Amino acid sequence: MKPMLQTTDLCKSFGGLKVTQSVNLSLEAGARHALIGPNGAGKTTLINQLTGVLRPSSGAIWLDGEDITALPPYKRARRGLARTFQINSLFPHLTPLEAVTAVICEREQGNLSLLDRRFFKLTRRRKEIDEAHALLERLNLADDCQRQTRELAYGKQRLLEMALALALRPKVLLLDEPAAGVPEGESDELLAVLAELPQEISILLIEHDMSLVFRFAQRITVLVSGAELVSGTPAEIAGDPRVQEVYLGKHHD
Amino acid sequence: MNARGRTDPKPHYLLALAAQERWSRYEIAFWLALIAVYFLFPDNLMLAAQILITGLFAVSLDLILGYAGIVTLGHAAFFGLGAYTAGLLTTVGYTEPVLGLLAAGAVAGAFGYLTSFLVLRGRDMSRLMITLGLGLLLHELANEATNLTGGVDGLQGMVAGRVLGLFDFDLYGKTAYFYVLTVCFLIFAVVRALMTAPYGLSLRSIRENPQRAVAIGIPIRARLTNIYTFAAVIAGISGALLTQTTQFVALDVFSFERSADLLIILLVGGTATLYGGFIGAAVFLLAQNWLSTLNAQYWLFWLGILLIVTTRYMRSGVLGGLKNLSHLATRRRHGSRA
Ligand SMILES: Nc1ncnc2c1ncn2[C@@H]1O[C@H](COP(=O)(O)OP(=O)(O)OP(=O)(O)O)[C@@H](O)[C@H]1O
Ligand SMILES: [Mg+2]
Repeated sequence: MKPMLQTTDLCKSFGGLKVTQSVNLSLEAGARHALIGPNGAGKTTLINQLTGVLRPSSGAIWLDGEDITALPPYKRARRGLARTFQINSLFPHLTPLEAVTAVICEREQGNLSLLDRRFFKLTRRRKEIDEAHALLERLNLADDCQRQTRELAYGKQRLLEMALALALRPKVLLLDEPAAGVPEGESDELLAVLAELPQEISILLIEHDMSLVFRFAQRITVLVSGAELVSGTPAEIAGDPRVQEVYLGKHHD
Repeated sequence: MNARGRTDPKPHYLLALAAQERWSRYEIAFWLALIAVYFLFPDNLMLAAQILITGLFAVSLDLILGYAGIVTLGHAAFFGLGAYTAGLLTTVGYTEPVLGLLAAGAVAGAFGYLTSFLVLRGRDMSRLMITLGLGLLLHELANEATNLTGGVDGLQGMVAGRVLGLFDFDLYGKTAYFYVLTVCFLIFAVVRALMTAPYGLSLRSIRENPQRAVAIGIPIRARLTNIYTFAAVIAGISGALLTQTTQFVALDVFSFERSADLLIILLVGGTATLYGGFIGAAVFLLAQNWLSTLNAQYWLFWLGILLIVTTRYMRSGVLGGLKNLSHLATRRRHGSRA
């Protein structure tokens, strides 16, 4: 089966600092793949290269069989590569409903006429707005969908991070520590959402919480200093002495 | 609330969105009041027309500053290009004003499109410098080409044509006022439609968070180029309106003060409110008119106070302040509900 997302010999350095070292990652359709590693291992930097925010020093990135290494970020998003951010990156003065509708209208822009996009009122996009509301409802955000994003509780904002990515109807979803900063007592909502993500989406999950990782992932890649230490099933990773060494005595929060 | 005869009632979340889009009674009152001005202040129509023109110019700045978040100190470049295009066109025989508007918009828009690639590259500080530089550049070019522009003395040989070949400009500014009001309203209606369409929402997304806007598939550069060009077109049309209604155009249309004053006007009126430009222009020009008849130096003094008060205490300008007041009032009336 041909991979949905693949990197071949991806390398990136900032000056002398090698943050990505010949990484070969491969996600099949519907994959549940976790990427773990200590702080500063280069996980976020890898995502930034996948989405096109950063240009790799060498190597290539393939999405659904096509080389997207040179594609600008917005085109990658349009082709179905979505991400969430480790640190909330939302639209503070838009409501969740407006924000998600914006994503959907952008996704559908090829199906909308010039008049629809530029001159007709947003509320004529009834289908898109209904879809946005349904998605927000699915993520327990319906009650807050008309408040400004900046007024939402932190946990809700984390959910909105997911909603914005899901609204793209992605083929591949990159989740950069979705539970980061959410207190343990409030993370249930988020975990439920993670568990119920559509089967067909290929997901790359970055997460420090090992119990979450082992519950979620079918495959795990361990990244250390920008290089792939080992990849395998959760059982293989759990039993690997090198992994234990990396994590021994380390605090991960 | 529903349109009569609709079978499916609109869901609540749609109603709130629709309420934002609808022309409110304040807006309708605003435009009716502008018609009333014609009858109530027949002696001040020239000033009223100037306020509208400046307001339209400020609306064009609002598109890029308020809605798209692009800072500029050189918006007068487009105004000046439009103003001179309209003036020069009449000296070569094309005297019909509407034609002049179209030409002015086209020239300013072309310049906007070409310079957008320079301006949009950098961040705020470099944008300020580049727009400032472009403004100074055009000002100096116009100054050098005195036999084309007439320099500070103004363009020679201008001719006043009839609007659509029908309406002559008169000494009292009656035609001028209605002409300006009509143009302002038509352009405003287009701007308003743009901002309440998905397009406007995408601009707000870009201003709020460019990083995320890219991640959700918005082609930021293309969209900013587009709105920058459109704003340039409107600024050019404003310039042309000034030339046509005053039958005069001189070097000062390109001046740095014009760009700077415009920024003040918009900030005083309120950014990203659609009407802030007009309100700001009215406050600014009326205050200037009134205070400078009392004592010329006072004007700058009060301008300073006005700026400090509005930016410090009325975050979103006069309009924002009024909105807050009306919110307070309704809350009082309904009893405080958190
Ligand atoms: N723009 C940059 N310029 C220079 N160095 C950078 C830049 N961005 C990241 N780095 C460095 O690259 C390394 C990897 O950072 P990255 O954010 O990818 O780590 P991470 O694995 O996501 O860590 P965390 O678990 O803390 O989120 C770090 O040492 C960081 O300091
Ligand atoms: Mg990270």
